Amino acid sequence: MKLKATLLGAAAALALAPMAAEAGRGDSGHLNILYWQAASILNPYLSGGTKDIDASALVLEPLARYDENGNMVPWLAESIPTVENGGVSEDLTSITWKLKEGLVWSDGTPVTSADVVFTANYCMDESGGCQQLAGFADVSSVEALDERTIKISFDKPKPFPYSAFVGSTMPILQQAQFKDCVGANAPNCTEQNFGPIGTGPFVVDEFKANDTISMSANPNYRDADKPSFASLTFKGGGDAASAARAVLETGEFDYAWNLQVDPTVLAEMAKGGKGEVISAFGSAVERLMVNMTNPDPALGDKRSTLEGGPHPFLTDPAVRRALSLAIDRALLAEVGYGAAGKPTCNVVPAPAIYVSTANDECLTQDIAKANQILDEAGWMPGPDGIRQKDGVRLSILYQTSTNAVRQDTQALVKDWWRQIGVETELKNIDAAVFFGGDQSSPDTFQKFYADIEMYTNLFDGTDPEAYMGSWKCSEIPSPANNWLGSNMPRYCNPEYDALVEKLAVTAALEERAEIVKQMNDMLMQDGAMIPLIHRGSVSARANSLQGVKLNVWDSQMWNVADWSRAE
Amino acid sequence: MTDAAKAAEKPRSQWADVWAQFRSHRGAMIGMGFFVFICLLVIFGPMLWDIAPNKIDIRAKNQGPSLAHPFGTDQLGRDTFAQVLAGGRVSLLVGVTAMAISLFLGTLVGVLAGYFKRLDSPLMRLTDLFLALPILPLLLVIIMLFRDPLRAAFGPEKGIFILVVFVIGITSWMHTARIVRGDVLSLKEQEFVLAARSIGTPPHRMILRHILPNVLSPIMVSATLGIATAIITESAISFLGLGFPSDFPTWGRLLSDSTNFMSLHPERVIWPGLAISLTVLAVNYIGDGLRDALDPRIRGR
Amino acid sequence: MLNYTIRRLLFAIPVLLFISFIIFLILDLAPSDPTGNLPLTIPPEVREKIRQSLGLGEPMYWRYLMWCKQFFINEPLNIWDQWMGTCSFNCEDRLRVISYVTRSPVVDLIVERLPQTLWVVGMSYVVGILIAIPVGVISAYRQYSIFDQAGTFVSMVGYSVPPFFSGVLVIVIFSVQLGWFPSIYDTTLKVTDWASFKMQLRQMVLPVMVLALQTTAQISRFMRASMLDNLNMDYVRTARAKGMKERTVLLVHVLRNSLIPVVTVIALAVPSIFGGAIITEQVFKVNGIGQLLIIGIQGGDAPLVQTLTFIFAVLIVLFNLIADILYGILDPRIRYD
Repeated sequence: MKLKATLLGAAAALALAPMAAEAGRGDSGHLNILYWQAASILNPYLSGGTKDIDASALVLEPLARYDENGNMVPWLAESIPTVENGGVSEDLTSITWKLKEGLVWSDGTPVTSADVVFTANYCMDESGGCQQLAGFADVSSVEALDERTIKISFDKPKPFPYSAFVGSTMPILQQAQFKDCVGANAPNCTEQNFGPIGTGPFVVDEFKANDTISMSANPNYRDADKPSFASLTFKGGGDAASAARAVLETGEFDYAWNLQVDPTVLAEMAKGGKGEVISAFGSAVERLMVNMTNPDPALGDKRSTLEGGPHPFLTDPAVRRALSLAIDRALLAEVGYGAAGKPTCNVVPAPAIYVSTANDECLTQDIAKANQILDEAGWMPGPDGIRQKDGVRLSILYQTSTNAVRQDTQALVKDWWRQIGVETELKNIDAAVFFGGDQSSPDTFQKFYADIEMYTNLFDGTDPEAYMGSWKCSEIPSPANNWLGSNMPRYCNPEYDALVEKLAVTAALEERAEIVKQMNDMLMQDGAMIPLIHRGSVSARANSLQGVKLNVWDSQMWNVADWSRAE
Repeated sequence: MTDAAKAAEKPRSQWADVWAQFRSHRGAMIGMGFFVFICLLVIFGPMLWDIAPNKIDIRAKNQGPSLAHPFGTDQLGRDTFAQVLAGGRVSLLVGVTAMAISLFLGTLVGVLAGYFKRLDSPLMRLTDLFLALPILPLLLVIIMLFRDPLRAAFGPEKGIFILVVFVIGITSWMHTARIVRGDVLSLKEQEFVLAARSIGTPPHRMILRHILPNVLSPIMVSATLGIATAIITESAISFLGLGFPSDFPTWGRLLSDSTNFMSLHPERVIWPGLAISLTVLAVNYIGDGLRDALDPRIRGR
Repeated sequence: MLNYTIRRLLFAIPVLLFISFIIFLILDLAPSDPTGNLPLTIPPEVREKIRQSLGLGEPMYWRYLMWCKQFFINEPLNIWDQWMGTCSFNCEDRLRVISYVTRSPVVDLIVERLPQTLWVVGMSYVVGILIAIPVGVISAYRQYSIFDQAGTFVSMVGYSVPPFFSGVLVIVIFSVQLGWFPSIYDTTLKVTDWASFKMQLRQMVLPVMVLALQTTAQISRFMRASMLDNLNMDYVRTARAKGMKERTVLLVHVLRNSLIPVVTVIALAVPSIFGGAIITEQVFKVNGIGQLLIIGIQGGDAPLVQTLTFIFAVLIVLFNLIADILYGILDPRIRYD
C-alpha cells in the first residue's frame, strides 16, 4: 500500500514534469513540519484539537474555508451560496452548495454529493460522539439534489448559514471508506481514522499516533502542478521553545506551529538566521473572568452559584473598574507575547467590523485613578494596607492554567493590584484538570471556585453569534446543569439576553455588527470580564520555505498546496 | 597512637569517638562547613538582603550581575539573588524533610521485610504496588483530596509544604526499602548475627545494634541521592501547578524557569543549578564521613 | 529454587490483579478529563456527549470489568490470531482496549513505540552500567584519590542536574553551536545500511548522553559504597594473607560480594527502561513510551494510562523476582524455601 502510493506519486511526478517546467508537482522535495503537540488522529470529527485538525487539513478538505484575511472562499464548492445568487433561500431556512466539476478522491473515485450527505449523517449520529456537532446546530436535513448539489435545511431561519462544511474543522469524508464507521463504531475504525482518503494535496503513507505522520503528494490532486512538495513529515512532540529552536537555530525543520515562547528568547533565536517568525491575529483574547457569585468555601454546594448569593465585593462596579484600570496591558503584551500580543479592552477584538472603541479607557494604566475610584466607593486601606469596607477585605484568589507566560502575567497583575490595596493569592492548575469537566474536581474553570480566573477564548470562523450567546443567563454553570455552561462570570442581564435573541434573527451584516458591538460594550461596561491581550498566532518558517500565508481563521495548513522550496 | 594514648588517659564515649573520626575526614568537614554556611545564608540572608524576592521592577528586567543585583534579574525584573535565598529555604527544607521521611519509611520496611521472614512477602508486594503506581495521577488525586483541608488547617504555605513533603516522601521510599532488604537478607546469615542470636538477643536490639549500623552505607547513598531527587521533584510538582504558588521561588523552579533563557542569560541558570549541585555534594561528603565514622572497623585505625 | 520461583509466580497473579484495581481506582478518582484538552469553542453539551460516547457514563466497577475482559481475554486472543492468521471466537466483534484520544488499540500504540524507547533508554542503561561499575570499583579501591574525588564530583553534579536542564544544555552546545548531532530524534528512520546506521547512532548520542549521566551517577555511588563495605571485611584480609593476587582478591572476591546490592539497583531499574524517560523523551522528541504515558495522563486517557501502568507493574513484579533469584545465586548463604 505504502510502496504503491509512493510509486504512484513518483509516476505522476514524472508524467507531469514535462508539462510544468517551472514548478511542477513534487519539485520541491521533502517538507518537514513540526507541531510540538503531536497529532493523535486524522479525523477532525473525532478530535477537536488544533494539532489534529491541522494535520488532517493536509488530506481532507471542506466545501469552503476562510482565507488569511477572514474572507470566505469556495474550496470544493463552485461558489459561496448567498441570497443574491439564490444559493440561500429567501426565508433563510436552507442553503444549497454545488461541488466543483470533476473532483476525485486520492484513490481516483469521483467525489459526489452522497459523500457530503454521508459526512453530515456521520457527525449527527447520536452515539458517535462527534466533536463538531455544534456546526450542525439547527440543521434539520441534508440531502443530495443531484450528483453535485447538496441542500442543507434548517429548523429556523439562519442569518449566518455557513457553519456546516465551512472551515477545516468540517471537511468531507469519503462514504466508501467510512460507511462501516457510523455511530458507536466510529472510534473503532482505526485504519480509517489514521488514514482517511481525501481530496487534499497529500495522502497518508504512515501514521504513528502522537508521533509522526509521513505523507506524499496526492497523485490525483485537482491542480496538476501542485503540491510542490513530493513528500512531507509531520512530526510532533517536545515543547514550544525546542520547536522554535529546530526551525530558527538548527534549521532541521521548515515550519513550526504555535510558538508561545518568551518574546526575548524568540527574538534571540530568530537571530540564528535560518528562519523567520511570523504572526497573525484572530479573535483570541486572554481575559480575566470576574466571578459575580460568592465562591466562599463555607457555602458548600452553593459555592459559586446564583443560589450562593452575590460576590461580597466583585459585584461592586467600582471595584471591577479599579481592577481593570490598574493593569498595564501594553506591558503584559510586551513581556509575555511580544509581536503576538496587543492590548485590548474588548472581548470581540476582530474582525474589524465588530470591534468597538467605546471601552478604550482601560488601554492606559492609571493606578492613581483606580485608587481614587476605590476611595470614593468607600473602600479604605486597613492596618495591613489592604482596602476594606464593612469588614470585607479586598482579597482575591486568582486562578489560571499552568503555563509560564500566564504565571508571569499573574505575578505582574498581583503586583499592580497590591498597589491599589488589593491582596491577591495566585493559583495555577494543570490544563487537563482546569479545562476538563470532571464533576468531582473542584479546580475546573466551570466551577470557578475562585474570585478571578484567566484564560483565552475565541470563536471559530468570523461570525461571533454563537460566541456572544455564551453569556446568556441560561448558560450559567451550576450543579443543576452538571456545571455545563459557558457563562463563567455568572453574568445575567435580561437586556443582554434580548440582544442575543435579536442577533439570531438579523441578517444584514452591518446591523449584526452593530448589535455585536452593543453586546461587547455591555459586557465590558458591566465588568463581567476584564480583557487583557488580543492574542495572535505565532509560527516560524524556514527562509527557504515559500508561499506560507499564516491563517488564523482556518487551519494554518490551509494553503499547503501552494508551499514550495525557494532555490 | 595519640588516640590510643588519649584513650588511656580517660575513657571516652562511643559518640566522642565517632565525632573524632568524623572530624578527621576532610571532605566531610568541608561538606559540613558548606552545608551549615548555606543553611545560615538562607535563614539569615533574606534579613540582610532586603530586596523582596517577588518585588517586580520591570524596568530592570533581564539584567546581568551588578552591584544592585549581584546575580542579575529575571524577565520580570525580580532580583535573582533574593530569589535564590528565598528559594533555598523552601528547597532545603523540602529536600531534607522529604528525604528523611522516605529514608525512614524505606529503612523501616526494608529492615522489617529482610529480618522477619513472615513480613517479607506482604511488605515486598506493597513495595511493588508503590513502584507500579502512576505517580502523576496519584499526585492529582492526593492533591485534590487533601489540598483544601490542609490549607484550611495550616494556612496556604504550611499546608502545601506538608502536602509536598508528604507526597515526595511516600512516593520515593521504595528503592531504599528494596536495597536495605537485600543487604539485611545477606547480613542475617552472617556469623556475628548468628552469634548474637544464639545468646538470645531480642529482635529490636538485634536490629538497632547489629543490623542497622551495617546497612548504613546504602542508606547514606540513598540519602544523598534522595535530597537531590526531592529538590528536583518539588520543582516538577510545582511546575505542574500541584505544589507551591507560581510566585513562590524554589531552586528547582528557578532552574526550570530559566532553562529557556540559557543561551541569552547563562547566569540565570548557573546560580540555582550551582546551589542544588553544591548542596547535594556537601550532603554526599557528610554522608561519606558519617559512614566512615560509624564503621567500627575504620574507626579503630 | 524452582519451587520458590513457581510459588512466587503463582502468588503474583492475585497481587497483580489487586494492583490493577488500585491503579484503576486512582485513575478514576483523578480529576483529569478526556475532553479537557479540546478547544473551548466546543460547547459544553457536545463535550458531555463525547464523554458519554467514551463510556464514561457507566458505573466504575463496570468499566473496570470491561477493561479486565479486554486486556486479559481479548488482547491475548488478538495476538494469537495475528500470529496464526486465524480468526477465533468471532474476532470482528472483539473489543480491544481503545485509547480515548487516538481511538486506536492501546497495545498497538505501545508496540509501535517500544523500539525507540528500547534503543535510547536501553542503550543509556547499558552505557551507564558499563561506565559506572569500573568507576565505582576504582573509586572505592583508591578511596579519596583524585580519581575518586573527581568521580564523586562529576556524578553528584550529574545527578543533581535535572534532564530538563541538561537536555537543553547539550542541544544548545552540540546542535545549535557545534551542529554535530541532530536535536530531534527521527522515529521513521529505518536502519537498512551503513549510512542509516550512522544516522541512527548520531541521533542517539544526545539523549543517551543525558540519560546515561543519571544512571552512571546513581549506580557508581552504590557500587562505590558497596565496595568500601566489603574491602574492610575480614575475608578480604584473609584472602590477602593467603597470598592471593590483588587482582583476584578485588575482581573475584570483593566485586562479587559487592555486586549483591548493586544488582538489586540494576534489576529494579530495568522496568523503568520500558517505562521510558518522560522528560528526556520530550526534550529530544523521541516519542517513546514515556511520552505516550505523559500524553495519556495529560489527556485524561484512562485506558492508555491503565494499560501502560499495568504492564509496567507486571515488569516490576517480574524483575523483583529476578533480583531475588540473583541474590540467591550471588550469595549462596541466602536460601529461599
